[in-house]
Amino acid sequence: MAEPATDLTLDSASLLAAEEHEIAIVGRSPWYLAWRRLRRNWVALVSLGVFVAIVVACALAPVYAKHLAHTGPNTVHAGETVIVSGKPKQVVGGGSHYDPKTNTFIVAAPVYLGPTWWHAHGRFVLGTDNLGRDVAVRLLYGGRNSLKVGIGSALICTLVAVLLALLAGYNGGWVDWLVSRFFDLIWAFPVFLLAIALSTALAINGFHHFGISIEPGSLWIPTLVISYVLIPYIGRPLRGQILSLREKEFVESAIGAGAGPLRVMFSDLLPNIASTVLVFFTLIIATNILTEAGLSFLGAGVRLPDPSWGNMIASGQDQIQTAPWLALIPGIAIVLTVLSLNLFGDGLRDALDPRAKVRIER
Amino acid sequence: MADRLLEVKDLKVRFATEDGVVHAVDGVDFELDRGKVLGIVGESGSGKSVTAMTLLGLTRDKNTRFEGEVEYKGENLINLPESRLRDVRGAQIAMIFQDPMTSLNPVYTVGDQIIEAINTHESIGKSAAKSRAVELLREVGIPNARARVDDYPHQFSGGMRQRAMIAMALSCNPDILIADEPTTALDVTIQAQILELLDRLRADFDSAVILITHDLGVVAEVADEILVMYAGRIVERGSKRDIFYDPQHPYTWGLLGSIPRLDRPKPKKLHSIEGTPPSLINLPQGCKFRPRCPHAFEKCFEEPELRNRVEDSGHLDRCWLSVEDKRRVRTSTIAGEERVVA
Amino acid sequence: MLAFVIRRLIGMVAVLFAVSLLVFIVFIEIPGGDPAERMAGKNPTPDNIQNIREKWGFDKPFYVQYVRMMEKAGNGLLPGPHSEYDILRSFDTRQNVVAEIKKGIPATFSLCIGAGIIWLVFGILVGVISAVKAGRWSDRAITVLALIGISMPVFWLGIVLRYFFAETRTWFPDGGYVPLSQDPAQWMYHLILPWFCLAILFIGFYGRVLRSNMLDTMNEDYVRTARAKGLQPGRVLGRHVLRNSLIPIVSLFGLDFAAVLGGGAILTETVFDLKGVGWYAAQSVGGLDLPPIMGVTLYGAFFIVVFSAAVDFAYAYLDPRIRPT
Repeated sequence: MAEPATDLTLDSASLLAAEEHEIAIVGRSPWYLAWRRLRRNWVALVSLGVFVAIVVACALAPVYAKHLAHTGPNTVHAGETVIVSGKPKQVVGGGSHYDPKTNTFIVAAPVYLGPTWWHAHGRFVLGTDNLGRDVAVRLLYGGRNSLKVGIGSALICTLVAVLLALLAGYNGGWVDWLVSRFFDLIWAFPVFLLAIALSTALAINGFHHFGISIEPGSLWIPTLVISYVLIPYIGRPLRGQILSLREKEFVESAIGAGAGPLRVMFSDLLPNIASTVLVFFTLIIATNILTEAGLSFLGAGVRLPDPSWGNMIASGQDQIQTAPWLALIPGIAIVLTVLSLNLFGDGLRDALDPRAKVRIER
Repeated sequence: MADRLLEVKDLKVRFATEDGVVHAVDGVDFELDRGKVLGIVGESGSGKSVTAMTLLGLTRDKNTRFEGEVEYKGENLINLPESRLRDVRGAQIAMIFQDPMTSLNPVYTVGDQIIEAINTHESIGKSAAKSRAVELLREVGIPNARARVDDYPHQFSGGMRQRAMIAMALSCNPDILIADEPTTALDVTIQAQILELLDRLRADFDSAVILITHDLGVVAEVADEILVMYAGRIVERGSKRDIFYDPQHPYTWGLLGSIPRLDRPKPKKLHSIEGTPPSLINLPQGCKFRPRCPHAFEKCFEEPELRNRVEDSGHLDRCWLSVEDKRRVRTSTIAGEERVVA
Repeated sequence: MLAFVIRRLIGMVAVLFAVSLLVFIVFIEIPGGDPAERMAGKNPTPDNIQNIREKWGFDKPFYVQYVRMMEKAGNGLLPGPHSEYDILRSFDTRQNVVAEIKKGIPATFSLCIGAGIIWLVFGILVGVISAVKAGRWSDRAITVLALIGISMPVFWLGIVLRYFFAETRTWFPDGGYVPLSQDPAQWMYHLILPWFCLAILFIGFYGRVLRSNMLDTMNEDYVRTARAKGLQPGRVLGRHVLRNSLIPIVSLFGLDFAAVLGGGAILTETVFDLKGVGWYAAQSVGGLDLPPIMGVTLYGAFFIVVFSAAVDFAYAYLDPRIRPT
């Protein structure tokens, strides 16, 4: 039998076999093949499941708040007492206070109620924050905001980027020049810094131009800002891909057969970039969630008292010694969400890549 | 007996893929003597490239399984450890590939890449290697070699690039040169030049050449012996004369018939062999060409052996038809006419 | 070749101009309202406001405003004291924005150059290892770690690192920046956690990009040729695969490095109390203090534009096909 292969695993042998073999296969659509490959990738499927579960949980935030935690995201319970495992505990206890017995003012750190993990019948499952609010409820409501901004901005960004890339790639000439300069201008700034700059400028008075009116506290501000600064991230690579597709014969022949620009763009070019767009879209939701978290952390994104995972971490920072869960838990939520998206996006990319990996021989 | 360089015995190569086991090469035998040109002809999927690459161990992978022997200078190359095989590659058996543009690294000069080939097997110092590189470029017919040796591959034309590849392959005086579709990516006029070059170099260097192509016209010029491959097996084997004047396999007839001819009246449409090559995972039962063969009959459900059925002892084929029947029915196929029921 | 360089430089200037125009639009036009009032600070007198209006040209057409604003921004670079409304000043602190940015440069540069070296070296290492061991468990393990690395918000990682290594255990100092000139050992000691924090995100990303490039390159025809020539696997990897795979990494690194140098490491600087350029911008966000943010944005764009051109030149050097003949 042959010697084991070198450490450098060349796919060329299996590529060759796949090429020679492909010819005789009855035509199977690349989407079907991709789906088959994806189905086999349990890691990707589990990750997708986790992400969907998180989205659903956050969408059901009001249900959780009302029926399980019996409170709201902004309701303050400082000074109240809660029964945990049968024993009464103060939501926010300790703290500096006047002791009448010794007639002195005792300076002490406040003691916050930590995660009850359901021992208090659903109240304060993840503990309380410095104002006595239920962290679990805020986490879910915060997730709603973070996901709204993250997914919303991903949708807008992808849509705009695809349209611009199609226009630029198909038309070439001055249209391409204009779109490319537009991309260049945005991309000339450090992305995050530009996002902060725009958010801050918009936070002063909101946006009241061109007939559109957006108030400073609106979620539209971070959504639109993040969409805007990341347009080139998707737009440029797509434009490049479309430019090379444009040169291919099938496009020339479509035009020669009399297809108009819209038809060529949507029937011929779009399907061929569809898999790239799909992967980009998945991954940019992850990027946007992280960006929104960063913006909110600095105070330029979702503004308090509306929760967002980012601004929860910011408020939790000061209490890190006495109530570490405040800063740690929202971060874990972010990591889980973003990681599951990344794992799924990775699996999606592998499934859609025509150069599929080869399995070990049975 | 001429100097026998290579002996391939019942070579089988299988790949494991997502869709099943691909039997790329399914029992191939041939020999190669010094000074000879062996042509291997077949469509995509016939296994000709895999056979060639396997000789140099380039198909080794964790998903590949080999059977059979490739005997070279007393050793079986199939089992040879990778480190020993590296000594053989380039220095004793060299290979050039189909597309010279992508086969040369774009970020290094042509000279550097030839020098790399030389220095891998002989340590003769940079300047000596460079002079040899210039000399080689001159030998293969590149004008102004001394200046061109410092150019990058994208600065060469297609034909020049292929010549440079040939120069690189010959840099260590190999015994055998394997050329995998060397002219497919080139213009027809350049094709002739490259083939002529290969033939001349074979004579000058006293080496042997394995020429792989899908085009019978290419081997008609330079080959001494021709192997016709189909679905991973050899379906016909013989001298150039045998194949072109007395072809014994319907597939060969189809290949001959597909060559557009200038000395015949123009046919109403270009003749091609009906059907497509079989899946190498699910091979048809019996003769692998049976589903596409216009002359198939009941016996064809049993696989024919590769045997000598005609007078010339070196001429083998895999077809059940009697020799007289073959000679009777083949004319129309070779003439490029419509399919005739046997 | 010279023509290419000159064209590129002119392009650079053009982009910088467009950038400054955009910054102007964002800061003056978007918020609407009266910019003079905003600039006059906490307790403005009508005189102050009128003064500003004249000096900055807010009563004049917008192109005059743009020119005046650029003038003022430039004035800040000049040494010596400046009059009240002649330079870009923070709304809150009334400090010279440009001078404040300059003060932040040592911390930012220390953080970014150190982290940059770390993430480049380790990113390449991770990429090469996972490409060579592609498909094996070591590759999968590295991929998962890399993905976790890029899934963590950098500021949260910073908080976690500080909490576990500088507060509950005092293995590392709890934030702050010590200038190199003051105490090299302390300078480094204070930067280890921030370097690590900033680098982790990039190591994961670069490792995966390099891995992907290398796997693509390994399938290229010229790598097959190199093997057919009998080259050792190490040489094939180093001279052929890596050399070609690293080219896109150069471009990525140039731009990422420029971004963090230009204040993009704002989150790391804030969490670790490194009073750099990014930190300065972060401080101004809460108070909606536009001038510092404006200044830092311009500063950042400058770096990106310059490095962008540098990357183009590097590319031409590395890939002969791109060189203009």
